[in-house]
Amino acid sequence: MREEEFTRKSLGLGGSPLRLEQSMGPEYWRSLDELAGTPAFKEMVAREFPAQASELFDPVSRRNFLKLMSASLALGGLAACTVQPPEKIVPYVRAPENLIPGKPLFFATVSTQGGVATGILVESHLGRPTKVEGNPKHPASLGATDTVTQGTILTLYDPDRAQTVTNAGRPSTWDTLVQQLTQALGTQKAKGGAGLRLLTETVTSPLLGDQIDTLLTEFPQAVWHQWEPGNQDQAQRGAQMALGEVVNTYFDLSQAQIILSLDADFLNAGAAGVRYARQVAAGRRVREGQPQMNRLYVAESTPTATGSLADHRFALRPSQIEGLAFALARRLGVEVQAEGPAPSFEASWLDALARDLKQAAGRSAVIAGDHQPPAVHALAQALNLALGNVGTTVFHTAPLPVKAVDQQQSLAELAAAMEAGQVEVLLILGGNPVYTAPADLRFGQGLRQVPLCVHLGLYEDETSQLCHWHVGESHYLEAWGDARTFDGTASIVQPLIEPLYNTKSANEFMAVLIGQGGRNTYDLLREFWSLQSANPDFETYWKVSLHDGVLAGTTFKPLQVSPQKPLVIPAAGRGHQAQGLELALRLDPHLGDGRHANNGWLQELPRPLTRLMWDNAALISPATASRHGLNSEQLVELAVEGRRQQVPIWVLPGQADETLTLHLGYGRTQAGKVGTGIGFDAYPLRGGNALWQAGGVVLNKTFSTYPLACVQEHHSMEGRHLVRSGSLTEFGRNPNFAAEEARDPPAELTLYPRDEHVSTAPNAWGMVIDLSSCTGCNACMAACQAENNIPVVGKEQVLNGREMHWIRIDRYFKEDPADPEIYHQPVPCMHCENAPCEVVCPVGATVHSEEGLNDMVYNRCVGTRYCNNNCPYKVRRFNFYQYVDHDEASLKLQRNPDVTVRSRGVMEKCTYCVQRINAARIEAKKGDRPIADGEILTACQQVCPTEAIVFGNIKDPQSLVTRLKASPLNYGILTDLNTVPRTTYLARVKNPNPELSEG
Amino acid sequence: MSEATDKSYQPPAPVLAAGQSYTSITGKISDIVLTPRTPVGWGVAFLIAFLFFQVFLVALTYLLYEGVGLWGLNNPVSWGFAIIHFVWWIGIGHAGTLISAILLLLRQQWRNAINRFAEAMTIFAVICAAVFPVFHTGRPWLAIYWLLPYPNSMGVWPQFRSPLMWDVFAVSTYFSVSLVFWYLGLIPDLATLRDRARNRLVRICYGVLSLGWRNSAAHWHRYEMASLLLAGLSTPLVLSVHSIVSFDFSTSLLPGWHTTIFPPYFVAGAVFAGFAMVLTLAIPIRKIYGLELIITDRHLNNMAKVMLATGLIVAYGYFMEAFMAWYSASTWEQFMMKNRMTGPYGGYYWMLILCNVIVPQLLWSKRCRLSTTWLMIVSMFINVGMWLERFVIVVTSLHRDFLPSSWGMYSPTKWDWGLYLGTFGIFFTLFFLFIRVLPMIAIAEIRALVPESHKGK
Amino acid sequence: MAQIFPRSANSTTKVLIITALVVTAVLLGILLNINRLYYVSHVNIPKDQPVAFSHKHHVTGLGIDCRYCHTTVETSAFAGIPPTETCMTCHSQVWTDAPILEPVRASLRSNLPLQWTRVHDLPDFVYFDHSLHVNKGVGCQTCHGQVDQMPLIWKVNTLNMEWCLECHRAPEKFLRPRDQVFNMQYTPPANQVALGRQLAAEYRVQTSQLTNCSICHR
Repeated sequence: MREEEFTRKSLGLGGSPLRLEQSMGPEYWRSLDELAGTPAFKEMVAREFPAQASELFDPVSRRNFLKLMSASLALGGLAACTVQPPEKIVPYVRAPENLIPGKPLFFATVSTQGGVATGILVESHLGRPTKVEGNPKHPASLGATDTVTQGTILTLYDPDRAQTVTNAGRPSTWDTLVQQLTQALGTQKAKGGAGLRLLTETVTSPLLGDQIDTLLTEFPQAVWHQWEPGNQDQAQRGAQMALGEVVNTYFDLSQAQIILSLDADFLNAGAAGVRYARQVAAGRRVREGQPQMNRLYVAESTPTATGSLADHRFALRPSQIEGLAFALARRLGVEVQAEGPAPSFEASWLDALARDLKQAAGRSAVIAGDHQPPAVHALAQALNLALGNVGTTVFHTAPLPVKAVDQQQSLAELAAAMEAGQVEVLLILGGNPVYTAPADLRFGQGLRQVPLCVHLGLYEDETSQLCHWHVGESHYLEAWGDARTFDGTASIVQPLIEPLYNTKSANEFMAVLIGQGGRNTYDLLREFWSLQSANPDFETYWKVSLHDGVLAGTTFKPLQVSPQKPLVIPAAGRGHQAQGLELALRLDPHLGDGRHANNGWLQELPRPLTRLMWDNAALISPATASRHGLNSEQLVELAVEGRRQQVPIWVLPGQADETLTLHLGYGRTQAGKVGTGIGFDAYPLRGGNALWQAGGVVLNKTFSTYPLACVQEHHSMEGRHLVRSGSLTEFGRNPNFAAEEARDPPAELTLYPRDEHVSTAPNAWGMVIDLSSCTGCNACMAACQAENNIPVVGKEQVLNGREMHWIRIDRYFKEDPADPEIYHQPVPCMHCENAPCEVVCPVGATVHSEEGLNDMVYNRCVGTRYCNNNCPYKVRRFNFYQYVDHDEASLKLQRNPDVTVRSRGVMEKCTYCVQRINAARIEAKKGDRPIADGEILTACQQVCPTEAIVFGNIKDPQSLVTRLKASPLNYGILTDLNTVPRTTYLARVKNPNPELSEG
Repeated sequence: MSEATDKSYQPPAPVLAAGQSYTSITGKISDIVLTPRTPVGWGVAFLIAFLFFQVFLVALTYLLYEGVGLWGLNNPVSWGFAIIHFVWWIGIGHAGTLISAILLLLRQQWRNAINRFAEAMTIFAVICAAVFPVFHTGRPWLAIYWLLPYPNSMGVWPQFRSPLMWDVFAVSTYFSVSLVFWYLGLIPDLATLRDRARNRLVRICYGVLSLGWRNSAAHWHRYEMASLLLAGLSTPLVLSVHSIVSFDFSTSLLPGWHTTIFPPYFVAGAVFAGFAMVLTLAIPIRKIYGLELIITDRHLNNMAKVMLATGLIVAYGYFMEAFMAWYSASTWEQFMMKNRMTGPYGGYYWMLILCNVIVPQLLWSKRCRLSTTWLMIVSMFINVGMWLERFVIVVTSLHRDFLPSSWGMYSPTKWDWGLYLGTFGIFFTLFFLFIRVLPMIAIAEIRALVPESHKGK
Repeated sequence: MAQIFPRSANSTTKVLIITALVVTAVLLGILLNINRLYYVSHVNIPKDQPVAFSHKHHVTGLGIDCRYCHTTVETSAFAGIPPTETCMTCHSQVWTDAPILEPVRASLRSNLPLQWTRVHDLPDFVYFDHSLHVNKGVGCQTCHGQVDQMPLIWKVNTLNMEWCLECHRAPEKFLRPRDQVFNMQYTPPANQVALGRQLAAEYRVQTSQLTNCSICHR
């Protein structure tokens, strides 16, 4: 079906979404508004419950007697809850081509992180974007997406988004702003723009770059600054040291046999994370008889998704990483001249690691984390050169940003200029510098002194508060644009819907400044790229590019780089000295630098490894915690270079000793209804030389505590055979180790009729989850939430153990808490063939289907919750309150029309994406053909960067899932209960270095 | 009546204190009802009960408005107070029918003095119990009619494999039979009241209720037949109801629930709890209304013995659970038992052992069995102990099951407590009304004992 | 002492008791069958529409095929309601100034859609797919009745679940050859069941699966 959409799409081609909106957007809105207005609609909403029958947070607190009265009315209505309200059918006035009501269309576009693009396909129902999928044709996506991208669809419909132009907080109009700007620019023109400053985030958009250039040529004195907290400064400085030039470095890990990560969470962060994850996972897949796997060494101070996949994980303090890099360089014959004493680092495993890298020379890769000091990046570059990896696994290109600057310096200059009162007009395109700027710059104070300051942003945030004007920014699904991906390949940002509100994109904003005001971005883009491409038949090229989501031939040529010999590392490029407690500041895996703070989905996804929701905390190792007498949830005050902040403690096994890790992006004061006041702001601790990590942190205990919402209270497997794992050599010796780990009672003992689940249907659905590939990145949870209309319940409910995710990722620690084995286990519904939940339901609301699905019939459910008690896997989720928001019109637009929206008092659970199964079955039946393997992708499977989840027909001997279930690694959990789960696991296989494999 | 006419039958000791005459008994009991002046004490007690009844209404309305999220339920622990109290009340509702039915069949005359209010207690307890299974569901308004098996417009039936479905039948049958049995027993006494009442209105009311009872031999004959038949009917019910309630747990695969010993051990527990509650009610009433001559020490003694016996069965049940957990060699069972005893809810378990196993051993001593104070204390312990038993079974089994990742804790909210206390409101409101407007002791049946009590002289 | 009740009391009570029983029985009967009442499920009740569109006229009178307006009935779950354009293809030529068609013209002018009232309205938790039913030989007429005889559209079936199940449990009773699906005059042959069985086999109707909950509910 999806395929078919492509082809249909390719007929209509590029412009069509635009036409689509023009033709149907307005009607759509009108009809919706009217619908929302009609009493019928209100009645439908209130049919079963009074409006707002539930509240995100503690419902008891904010109730008043009046509402209580309305309860009785509601109850009156309940008896009649079977009576349907009248509904309208609202057809088009002029039907758009290639749109079939009731069938989704898919459009290719890109989303950006740190300015760098990832290709996506967006599902559109009657013009409403509802779901993000990966774009198989895009190099950074390869068909998958990461967790955050899944969440961006919710941001589009976020009712808290800035919806218009405001002046000093009061609603104004775009035209008024344009007037005032032209006036201001007029005066600037006179002095060549000496007082004009432009502040953007990292810009890879060629068009935007071009527009800015035009502006700068008009205003030669004007200055363009760039800042975003998760920048590439350190990597750029490192490259400068090692190669004498600023370059963009990327990897081809499909070739890599030995990979060393120097505190880089490269599988789960960065714009190419998805691609790397897929390549690394593919290189570790012994499941189909592939005898070899790559070996992953990770040295990190706080456990990450990447670390949990590693064959060898070394928990090092931030300061030690640099030492490790030096030591390795020494062993691998890199000439280093370091100012100041080269840090000494000795460890038993160093030589083994060095030998391993050496013997895999040319097929290894050393990856340094963005937050590591320049020295580490320089050494990583040098190591890769020394190992001859450049050209095979490591590649260099021109930097991705239109203008690669040292952003920390760039922002510092701006701050200084503002203090000095040299800035008269400041245009801030995107970003939230007031919140994210290094603390010591006192950016806020500076901003107050700027006579005219305009902020373009998705939300009215901390920065907007201090700007005279705020312009609502269009979401990337609302406006045209372009961006480059990790290897320079450019893509068009193709909108799926007219802006919901009165907002502008950065391109539209710039256009006004440079007198392209009248023209729409689509034309500008087309024009711009027609100039860029040498392609004779531009029309076709353009359409194909839009359809594929990639502008062919725009990829950067790899550069020939030459190492600086000897490698000189100035003191400035070195990290902090190891002393006392160390602090590591990291971007939050879900909220990033805080830009996603108002996204309920991302807030409510358990963070990898900590499995905390709705808060950040200072992560600390068990040993250090006991040394300082600290417990989880205890509030402490941290002080770095005299800057203080209070945060709660969270004890996390696997954390490096004497190291606190704190994630950025919390404690927002102007995020919106969801994000404001969530968590603790780490930026006050971040400044000067301590942008990412600092030593000599002062920790003062307080005796107050703060409740943290963690979805997994228990970390050990209690000796139960849930996650089974072995080393590659073990696997070679005894392929059946997983099956033999736990013995089930003989099947003939059961009293159940053995053939109960035998059916005549041609399909029997099953799933296999490969634990060797799962990094615990949570993308599956996010995708599931988006696909299946899963509500957000809020911190209070999570604290009550009422989170609603249909698939969860259990995380277990094994053995030594100081250096534990870390396991992830995604747990969706097992679709047991002898499902315990089915027999106990008094109304038959959960029953077995011919195809072996454990159907959950929401409309039949009365909510006895017995099924959940009797589910040994505890995958069922109950709507204790009216969790789904029936009142917020904009949120309704996001919901998947193919999935019932559940109401209060109803049990729900993973359905194997039955809506996708049905869609495929219907198409197959109409074509009178069997459903092809891979034709149905469950949401979790489709999004998974590592292809750890495989779904299919276990009656088809050829299907991948059948072949995997035949693998000796295949096992089910709790099978001794004779539940006969359809979801099974492939035991985790690790590839430890034999020289170190005692560890 | 049959006992009276049956000369071969010699009771061990008089169940009715000597010196009672037909008039004295009739007078004593019916005057409690027919007196025009309502005692102040009653008024106060009733008001308090009625207050709690209001608590119930509030808790219920708000529950329906907000949803069961008001309670302390969560993902591992999806059943909590509601089910605990359902089982607890149903348990209490056991003594009545046991006394009226089984003891009638066993020709136990001493039942006569206590069966009336024991039965009343049963009916009220079952009403309280019935509240919970209905309103603990997410969508009670649908639960009520989707659990009715009838050819509906959806073309689907309830799922008869589910024990919850069996519950619906078990409890409703039990309730209706007990109600009929109780009413039947009331008819002659209602007639007596009709005849003794002075106020015309009162006479009409009792007149209507007594269905034209004329004390004729034919009436008595049918009456006897009917009560024997109903006794026969309800005897199996006494055993079935709580067996089926126990199936709610034992048909699951949850360690701590999935066990074959549940039916007998639940029934014994129920009788245990039931008698405890009868005593808790009987002792004060006996004192307040000066009924020592009718509810004699013999009654207390016998009830105490029944409690001791059933208590021992229950204790055996606890022991067996632990033994089977070890003997089954199932890691799940063993962990469950270990967690039950030493886990976060271990304290509840040992409290339960104290209340239900250790304290009742006092009943071995006759002095204790004959001292109202001690009996009162012991039965109070048992009431609490049986509550703890249900708490331990429901919560400790659920809160740590198979996957450690989804373990959790359970703590009830004020709304849990509200509804529970509310049901006490229902119970006592009804009970006080009962002792005010209906004869709390079967006049006719006590009359039948008069000849016995004279035989002594 | 004086009797409280007159002699007649015996008979009155008997009568009272019996009537009470009868009344409860009747009330209960109604309550339990409420959804079957045509009044409740709007069967045979025409709905007001913005334009008094007559299927009778367009189908019987002009012989327009269902698919001319309901374009997506063979491709999508939703049979499709024609856009204003479709109406205007003819009505820009004929009846160009008929007052009855003013709303249609207005819609085209103002670019505001017509808002039809749903007649066949399944609950939101039911996912019905026209294309598949049509493809497997379920005639329009089978569910929608003699649309060609309806001036304004009304329901001829309750659309209760039991009604759906009639066919989902035994499709052979209703299936017709694919080429007859859009035929409004089609009358089932005498050997319907036999034919139906044969068609079901031919069209690969997986009958055992049709009563799975997830076939209609997701």
